[in-house]
Amino acid sequence: MLARIKRFLGLGGKAEKEAKPIKPKDDESSQQEVEKVADKPKIGYFHLSGCTGDGVALTENYDILADLLTDMIDIVYGQTLVDVWYADENNPYAVDDMPEMDLALVEGSVCLQDEHSMHELKKLREKAKLVCAFGSCAMTGCFTRYCIGGQQAQPKHESFLPIGDLIQVDCAIPGCPVSPEIIAKVVVALINRDMDYLQPMLDMAGCSSACGCDLNLSIVNKALCTGCGTCAMACQTRAIEMINGRPELNEDRCIKCGICYQHCPRSWFPEERIKQDLGL
Amino acid sequence: MSLGSYKQVVSARATDKAIQKVSQDGGIVTALFTYALEEQIIEGAVVAAPGDDPWDPKPLVAMTPEEIISAAGTKYTFSPNVWMLKEAVRHYGIEKVGIVGIPCQLQGIRKMQSYPFGTRFVADKLALVVGIFCMENFPLASLETFINEKMKSSTHVTKKMDIGAGKFWVETLDDKLSIPLKETHGYEQAGCNICKDYTAELADISTGSVGSPDGWSTVFSRTVSGDDILSQAIEAGVIETKVMDDVKPGLGLLEKLANGKKDNAEKEIASRTELGLPVPF
Repeated sequence: MLARIKRFLGLGGKAEKEAKPIKPKDDESSQQEVEKVADKPKIGYFHLSGCTGDGVALTENYDILADLLTDMIDIVYGQTLVDVWYADENNPYAVDDMPEMDLALVEGSVCLQDEHSMHELKKLREKAKLVCAFGSCAMTGCFTRYCIGGQQAQPKHESFLPIGDLIQVDCAIPGCPVSPEIIAKVVVALINRDMDYLQPMLDMAGCSSACGCDLNLSIVNKALCTGCGTCAMACQTRAIEMINGRPELNEDRCIKCGICYQHCPRSWFPEERIKQDLGL
Repeated sequence: MSLGSYKQVVSARATDKAIQKVSQDGGIVTALFTYALEEQIIEGAVVAAPGDDPWDPKPLVAMTPEEIISAAGTKYTFSPNVWMLKEAVRHYGIEKVGIVGIPCQLQGIRKMQSYPFGTRFVADKLALVVGIFCMENFPLASLETFINEKMKSSTHVTKKMDIGAGKFWVETLDDKLSIPLKETHGYEQAGCNICKDYTAELADISTGSVGSPDGWSTVFSRTVSGDDILSQAIEAGVIETKVMDDVKPGLGLLEKLANGKKDNAEKEIASRTELGLPVPF
């Protein structure tokens, strides 16, 4: 299974310590190279205020999704991927039954006026060993930063915050939405206990606000920009154009996801990992 | 390791006379992309083509050998090729894409491949990343300063720009002008000053004139796929080669320049660190 993920990602096959085959190789039904992870990580999937784009991206790993969910991880909490969640309309605190988990993936920002979400967020921090802001809404607030309330179904829902403003976040994955590939790469890294790969995402956990203007403040103003165009390529809303070799931001299109800055090779640069991935 | 990790290095040039006529040096980038296109190794390539002002290039998604040849020749100012990469995949629907870039652009591309946060299904479409040696890059206004002010000529009559033998050269319609390279110092963009990569160490194949005789280029294959493509192109006769050790000035000069860039970058990094400015490498 892990080998299939790696082929999918174009990574070289290394010996896997954490994975072992559960079926003999000559078994007819084992032609798909099914391997089982010894200690399947228990993962909770929490959907706060977001568009479900990150959850959709997760399922876009079509080739590996079924095996991933069956053999490699246990989803112990989630409204969409598994029907395990605790919403009792008569009891907003039914999430008290929430199970213990290794990792909580949190999609969406949290609405201060949404009693259920607020309680769920505090509870998941207690129950999860690691909390990951999954996607830019959870990490930076992203486009929910523009919310001003006054809308149905609940006009009072006005204040949407990145989860890091309220709870300790251990890891963040930016993207609006995050790409299917980064999800698969993170899962592989988690299973292999490859903390080096995850380190940049652990470092990003403290970042709870972003804007296209970060490029000017932190890259151009700091004499780091070379006009390579990576920010404009990475921008998911086409808010950046390269003019005279420098990024020009169209603020009306910027959703404050933080992708441009995180993709910039001059914000941080994973040289060792790149050389390893290229076999250099 | 001043030249990065590589599998083979040769001195080479394109055999196609049409490419030799328009190329900067050995025509390696043009020859590799036209070959890869014809062999369906790639379906298109992002190249730096002349813009409305010919010396202000803009990235082009080239789908034919003619388009690739139209972009031959070095431009000494910004062409944000990485920007066009997603366009090539999404808008043009290219499944196997080639791209040429300078070292900083390759850093952006490779970081995206290792950490593809928001670039859904772009990284897996890259089939050939060609890097070009680069000491520094200039804003267009710097080139105008050299040519219009220092050489008393004009970018509008410039046919070719080149750097070699310690000089910045300009070929106009009827003349060949130069200024010593040290007159260009201080006009490069500031972001180049911390870059340690002269020979495009993250490319599949990297190339540049330094180390080889006039009209030839020094070519490194670095990744497994790059090495395959270079070997195939040589075997197909698209590129002719000389043994690197037999040519003058040879790898020694390249090493000297590569180490010089690294040393200068280290100094700049140290001075930035002292000022409390961020440094990514």
